[in-house]
Amino acid sequence: MSPEPVSLAPASEKTPDMVRATLRNLLAHKLRLLLSAVAVVLGVSFVSGSLVFTDTIRKTFDDLFASVTADVTVSPKEAFDAGFSGTVSTAALPASTVQTVESVEGVESAVGDVFVEGVQIIGTDGDVVGVSGAPGIAVNWTDNENLTSLTLADGRPPRAAGEIAIDADTAEKSGYRVGDTVRLLTPALPTTAELVGVFRFGSSGGLAGATLTALDTATAQSLLPQPDTFTSVSVAAQEGVSDTVLRQRVREALPDGSVVVRTQAQQTEEDSGEIESGLQFFNIVLLVFAGVSLFVGSFMILNTFSMLVAQRTRELALLRALGASRRQVTRSVLAEASVVGVVGGVVGMGAGLLIALGLKAAFKASGLEIETGSLVFRPRTAAWSLVIGVVVTLVAAYLPARRASRVAPVAAMRDDIAMPTKSLRWRTVIGVVLTSAGVVVLVGSLSASGQRAASLVGLGVLLTILGAIVLSPVLSRPVIGVLGALYPRLFGTVGRLARDNAQRNPRRTAATSSALMVGLSLVGAFGVLAASINASIGGLIDRALGADYVVSSPQQAPFGAGVATALERLPEVRSVTRQRFGAARIDGSTVFIAAADPASLAQSITVDYSAGSAAGLTKGLLVDQPTAEAKSWAVGDRVDLTFLGGATASLPVAGIYEPNGALGPYVVSLDTWEDNGGDTRDSFLYVNLAEGAAPTDARPTVAEVLAAYPNLDLLDHAGFKEQQRGQVNQLLFLIYALLALAILIAVLGIVNTLALSVIERTREIGLLRAVGMSRRQLRRMVRLESVVISVFGAALGLLLGVLFGVLLQRSLAGQGINDLAIPTVSLLVFLVVAGVIGVLAAIWPARRAARLDVLRAVTTE
Amino acid sequence: MSSTLPTDRASAARAVDLTKVYGTGDTRVVALDSITCAFEQGRFTAIMGPSGSGKSTLMHCMAGLDTATSGSALIGDVDLTTLDDKRLTRLRRDSLGFVFQAYNLVPTLTALENITLPMDIAGRRPDKDWLDSVISTVGLADRLDHRPNELSGGQQQRVAVARALAARPAVVFADEPTGNLDSRSGAEVLSFLRRSVHEMGQTMMVVTHDPAAAAYSDRVVFLADGRIVDEMVDPTAELVLERLKRFDVSGASVPGARVGEDA
Repeated sequence: MSPEPVSLAPASEKTPDMVRATLRNLLAHKLRLLLSAVAVVLGVSFVSGSLVFTDTIRKTFDDLFASVTADVTVSPKEAFDAGFSGTVSTAALPASTVQTVESVEGVESAVGDVFVEGVQIIGTDGDVVGVSGAPGIAVNWTDNENLTSLTLADGRPPRAAGEIAIDADTAEKSGYRVGDTVRLLTPALPTTAELVGVFRFGSSGGLAGATLTALDTATAQSLLPQPDTFTSVSVAAQEGVSDTVLRQRVREALPDGSVVVRTQAQQTEEDSGEIESGLQFFNIVLLVFAGVSLFVGSFMILNTFSMLVAQRTRELALLRALGASRRQVTRSVLAEASVVGVVGGVVGMGAGLLIALGLKAAFKASGLEIETGSLVFRPRTAAWSLVIGVVVTLVAAYLPARRASRVAPVAAMRDDIAMPTKSLRWRTVIGVVLTSAGVVVLVGSLSASGQRAASLVGLGVLLTILGAIVLSPVLSRPVIGVLGALYPRLFGTVGRLARDNAQRNPRRTAATSSALMVGLSLVGAFGVLAASINASIGGLIDRALGADYVVSSPQQAPFGAGVATALERLPEVRSVTRQRFGAARIDGSTVFIAAADPASLAQSITVDYSAGSAAGLTKGLLVDQPTAEAKSWAVGDRVDLTFLGGATASLPVAGIYEPNGALGPYVVSLDTWEDNGGDTRDSFLYVNLAEGAAPTDARPTVAEVLAAYPNLDLLDHAGFKEQQRGQVNQLLFLIYALLALAILIAVLGIVNTLALSVIERTREIGLLRAVGMSRRQLRRMVRLESVVISVFGAALGLLLGVLFGVLLQRSLAGQGINDLAIPTVSLLVFLVVAGVIGVLAAIWPARRAARLDVLRAVTTE
Repeated sequence: MSSTLPTDRASAARAVDLTKVYGTGDTRVVALDSITCAFEQGRFTAIMGPSGSGKSTLMHCMAGLDTATSGSALIGDVDLTTLDDKRLTRLRRDSLGFVFQAYNLVPTLTALENITLPMDIAGRRPDKDWLDSVISTVGLADRLDHRPNELSGGQQQRVAVARALAARPAVVFADEPTGNLDSRSGAEVLSFLRRSVHEMGQTMMVVTHDPAAAAYSDRVVFLADGRIVDEMVDPTAELVLERLKRFDVSGASVPGARVGEDA
């Protein structure tokens, strides 16, 4: 053997051809690393984007609550934490509380505050100002500058009934100016008022999308359920009196157990705490998607490094032959991976800002506008981005690195080099075990309930997906054989070669398609779930809705009781059933409870009673069958309820009904509800027309009444279904939008693998070109390979998705999702889309393959 | 020095003033220096020469795998230098056969599929009788369902030869076809090449550095420094070796002209 194989190299490198080849090689290498970095960038950017976005929202709310100005705040005590939004207590403080507090030693001043939801401004365009669903809040104007967060910007404060002031953002959006007559909706009736002033709120001026209206105290109080009360009392301390001391004194002065007294710090924490928990959930959802993206991205990294290592086998073997230890080889690969991880992490961090902007836009588009200031980038975001980028890359590169170290030194001298490949037998065993375990857990989750069922479903999905990933190399050969069966017939030899190429390296094919599989299994699961929910809603409405019309707001925000009163006056209307929702506490746990008119309930909603009837609802309680069974209640048993305001009632079970999605588990009468301090706003109105009035004829009359309420929709059966489904579909699209990122990574993974395959098969491609394959045929070959790999991943993913979806539906069958629907058409569309994705992913690698210089390809080493 | 055109046979391929230059300025290397040469139909021509003589470049240009800087490379009456990639590809597919030193077969296809590959790509049906006779000539009848990795090096190269012959190309080009084989397998492959020329009337152009391989040919063309310096009809291994030794003595090989040998 020549003693100086290395010294030969410079001689040949002097020729321009070799220089070019070397440069090109280096560039190709860079390109490969860049491609694998793209996976890291995308995954990390989603993590960083989620963090930036939630930090930004959090800052917005923090700014908002930092405007708590009172040193001490007195609020009525709520019996428990309802845990879901939209439930408003009507608990209030009597006006006398203000006087009591004022007389406490150390109090500089105290004012009563009124806070009312459901006051919306109707803009000059006739629509409710602000995005639908955003709260419309009314407060009383307080002149005490120490105790208000409102600063007058224009005009003067409201002083009498018929005068209002609004926040600057709302003024700008609505187009109203001081002096204009403003239409507004209140919990009572729609009305008009003169705009006398415009103010700013707190330091930022805005309210995260909510509209704020200030009224004089008496008018504001008239909107509360109980006259002459306040929703809270703000207290300013005298100089030298600490908040804590004052809080103690105020608490002692007030009747025990009826109020909560908080210092400024405590109140701020309390206010932001509620938002915080909401944000936390939101953050978790985003991070789950980020996790999916990273999981998917790690396959791309794994694949890239596997191929890089495979291509460098000879080089690595030479290193080994020259005395490099296994560990050194592993380390060299891992070092490369860390560079990719760091670069990917840093770039991903930056790209996260774009994602955060995208999220803002997406939320705006889906009607969930949250007005925020500029993006907030915390050091934590940077740290996480880097850590995640590096760790994920290292983990993904570890397997290939270890395999690299196993390259025998003798491989350097062999002509045809192949990485040591293990048999797929263990893989099959592990895959089957994992998948079976996953399915068993999933099936087991059917008999569990609540939180436990949810975690079992999560575990089952994870196990099944992992099992499928492990199994997919085993499946790839036969499945692609089937999928590609038509290829040779349709595309001749080109098709045949494409199919064979896809089957050639099962691990690579599987790793490439796994990303798509994971993404599409989630797409499939949500698709089935959404279709089932929609079908169930449709079925429920068909079965249960007896009323001619339903009146509700698109976001199902509660609205003033005046609407029902106005509708009841119409001669065409026989009855209007009001329905409200809220929270109550039974047996120590918080439950969702509905309140409805007992008299007309039967006309509006078809309820099947297995025991008792609605007859006793006025003074009793209706319970659905599963709840009654779980609690072993029978008709006549008394149930103790605690309402949000603290009132308690002991109600007899009047009837037990089959589960009904329109009612939920518990129903009380409106009287019981109001007597115990429940929210007086309605969530749904069911309108029953008088005998002889045709729905089509009566509609204009009913619509005329509702014209005063632009926030409400008048819906017939079809419209109601549409509205309900619209919400489900909106959520589904949001989920799809988030999953689109995982799919994008999957697509890049396919591009990456194909591009590397093309490089790896340079000589083979050269040979094919030499014996007469045209560029077009070559491009088609790469494209067909890409399509069959994509469709394989998609088919496997959708199959799993349908399985997950069906099991999810079964486990939720008791909770109103009774009908299983498999959206066959959408699933087929996704499969076709996967094919299109394959075509798109192949564009660049195919072009690269076609551009290969035939001579260089056949003579290349 | 230019070769004399034989009058008794029509030429299947011709080079006319064929020149190939790599690089410019200081790095300018003339790989082929205005070569004019004819390759007769139904004959086995070997191209020999020291490293860097341009023999591989000549073959690549004649086979439409590389583009000439000037001059013409003709297959029959078609001048390859005037064809675009599409036409060139079609010409290679329909009129030329190739045997390379290594990596001659598509690993995912069986031996038979590899043999019929050019016709399959073209969408043509192979001539069954011809195919059978080619297969029996190379002695692969019992190995047709095997994949390349199940065949020995010699067998693989015989499959490659069969593929080159199966479509009845105007010319078969072979670039060091025995370079990777042991001498027995090499001899086998060469005798198949020779039989295809003598029994089937195939035109064959083989680049080799092995005098033993050249001895199978009807005529040897010697290249040095991108020019044809000599030729020999009905060569023997000894005569070829003798002739090659004279290159070594004269030191005709120029280091800078190694282009085309290895890349």
